[in-house]
Amino acid sequence: MTASAQEPTPPITRETMPDRRGDVLTGSQIIWEVLVREGVDVCFGYPGGAIMPAYDAMVQYPIRHVLTRHEQGASHMADGYARVSGKVGVAIATSGPGATNLVTGIATAMLDSSPIVCITGQVPAHLLGSDAFQETDITGVTLPITKHNYLITRAADIAPCLREAFYIARSGRPGPVLVDITKNALQESCTFEWSDEEPTLPGYRPKFTPLPAHMEEAIALIHKAKRPIILAGQGIIKSGASEILKTFVDTSDVPVACTLLGLGGLPASHPRNLGMMGMHGEAWVNTAIQEADLIIAAGMRFDDRVTGNLKTYAAGARKIHIELDPSEINKNVKVDVPIIGDVGEVLEDLTPHLEKVERPDWIARIDELKGDSAVRDIKHLPDLGKLYAAHVIHDLWRLTEGKALVVTDVGQHQMWEAQYYHHDEPGTLVTSGGLGTMGFALPAAIGARFAHPEDNIWVIVGDGGFQMTAAELSTCVQENLKVNIAIINNGYLGMVRQWQEFFYGGRYVATPIVSPDFVKLADAHGLKGMRVTTRAEVAEAVKAAEAHDGTVVIDFRVEQEDAVYPMVPAGADLHDMIKRPKPHRVDGSPAAHNPIYETGEDR
Amino acid sequence: MSTDTHKRTFVVWVEDQPGVLNRVASLFRRRAYNIESLNVGQTHEKGVSRMTVVCRADSDTAKRIEANLYKLVNVLEVDDITHKQSLVRDLALIKVRATRDNRDEIVRLCEVFRARVVDVGPENLVIEITGAPGKIKGLVTVLEGYGIEEMVQSGAIAMTRGVEPAVDRRNENRPTLVA
Repeated sequence: MTASAQEPTPPITRETMPDRRGDVLTGSQIIWEVLVREGVDVCFGYPGGAIMPAYDAMVQYPIRHVLTRHEQGASHMADGYARVSGKVGVAIATSGPGATNLVTGIATAMLDSSPIVCITGQVPAHLLGSDAFQETDITGVTLPITKHNYLITRAADIAPCLREAFYIARSGRPGPVLVDITKNALQESCTFEWSDEEPTLPGYRPKFTPLPAHMEEAIALIHKAKRPIILAGQGIIKSGASEILKTFVDTSDVPVACTLLGLGGLPASHPRNLGMMGMHGEAWVNTAIQEADLIIAAGMRFDDRVTGNLKTYAAGARKIHIELDPSEINKNVKVDVPIIGDVGEVLEDLTPHLEKVERPDWIARIDELKGDSAVRDIKHLPDLGKLYAAHVIHDLWRLTEGKALVVTDVGQHQMWEAQYYHHDEPGTLVTSGGLGTMGFALPAAIGARFAHPEDNIWVIVGDGGFQMTAAELSTCVQENLKVNIAIINNGYLGMVRQWQEFFYGGRYVATPIVSPDFVKLADAHGLKGMRVTTRAEVAEAVKAAEAHDGTVVIDFRVEQEDAVYPMVPAGADLHDMIKRPKPHRVDGSPAAHNPIYETGEDR
Repeated sequence: MSTDTHKRTFVVWVEDQPGVLNRVASLFRRRAYNIESLNVGQTHEKGVSRMTVVCRADSDTAKRIEANLYKLVNVLEVDDITHKQSLVRDLALIKVRATRDNRDEIVRLCEVFRARVVDVGPENLVIEITGAPGKIKGLVTVLEGYGIEEMVQSGAIAMTRGVEPAVDRRNENRPTLVA
């Protein structure tokens, strides 16, 4: 070995990277040239045969690669990164199984409109269609779950297609784009050409201008409405329109209900923010929607988990739908005034024309609805010696002063998080809403960590979902990352168990789940693990976790058969909610499984 | 589906690239829009293919079909020509049994339908007919008595009457998407 080979080479930065425009480069180099120029500084992936040339070229470029433990983790990480940074997340995998493992993460990103670009290796072009080793038609597989995808067989196509992929992923209604590149295209060379101009695609026109007539109609409806309500969705957050929404609300004095993905779009503490709507939304919110005479849907898409039975949904309300994607108009709910455009721009244009209309009866009615319903501050509840998920999440909210970046998985804990962790800032909740992907939380949090290196990140995850992607704990170790993981461990696939309790005669089929000792699991990874079994221990554990340098796993052993209330059964009328049973039976004796009761006095 | 559900015809201009037909067909499949026929072919414009899609839908669904087609990156332009003055044509080839005795009779029938005999065999004729689906059905009905051995029919291809070049109609705002 020569002396020069032993000298450490200084890391390549954007500044020291040579300008290779006009040079003859390999397809592999061109990938990284494009990524650097698209502002990518981290990507998440897993190498394999067909993508190896790209990995080999990676070291010449100032992009950090995070080796995941499964490609699903890579697509979720790219998604988590994208949701928190607002930039395009990048996942890389090889052909065949590497590519198919990305699929769940791609579908997750598709349903939640998250901009990611997935780059997959493919068998050499001359073997396409021959069932070659690790060949999968991944563009065919992902066709219905991507915004667009590409199969590239020539090095010369890599730069323009990747450029388009980033543009398509981030523009308009964002979404995932997959770029499948054959191995020969990675290995062949061509002149690298680059232009900073945004690509123009003849068939892709993501900008829409609302029709003035519809804007005027909307303003008239808002002024005329006696019982208006705004339904704020993720579009508010994606459009960066939180302040605009706040001004709109303060100007018009119209109360706001949020979708799950819209939480944080208006501060939870805002006096006109009623809380979450839908299947596990607050009872007063759902009732208010049903009683409203005007719905202003802003950046939301009337998902079935939000509407319940469409035939009875907000039957007495006129509906204004502000939406970027024209194909969402009248898809689920027939609307009176469609406004197609960026929700932030539309609200900003509407606000100057609004006058404050006093609606004391409507506000009083909503307060009345709240009065007989649960409130979500359970600070003063007696400690009955049992640990409830609601305790954990509520205490986590208080202890983090509501400022943590929370990444949840899917299931009961996700709904409790939405109910008990009050988000005052947009983008502080990352959760899989549309697809409801278990296993999302830990990898998405790892991705989020790269977008927000300084944030206090808490993963809230069930014992079931955590085990789906727990292997990514090793990624935390290898990449030296810190996330705090709160496992809400009830020994069941809790949401399914709850449905079995309510709708399947209490037959708990395949829902009891045995878990490893999560403290030992953490220990096996060289990470800190803790177990909490009483409410008294929660605060200490949370503080210890936050004070610790590396990733921490806390196994919260919560009450096993608690349920999320209220609940609108799937397909039922939105006002037809199953509410938490009263704390006492008629004879005054305590009811089973029901120590968390909430009263209006607690707030 | 509401009461205005009926057959609708869309003309779709797409980029002539591999996989575009699959994207359009897949869209109809996954959104559960029912295709009656889909035809695709070249146009005079380089790189532009033209599809004619016939499907049953109500007017709201028709708007969403149009909007969803526009979401496909390779789709250049969509025109719902259902209620426009337009020409709609199918092409059919019908192989019908024919003997020396009845061949002239069949040829005369074809003249009535403005169909042409394009191949004559010892025991059969191949007839070519273009026209609206109803006209083709009419010919098939009368030929059935002679014995149809085989037939093939294209889906509809359609064009609006008058001069509406596709390039000029491309419109940034696409107001048709919002009713």
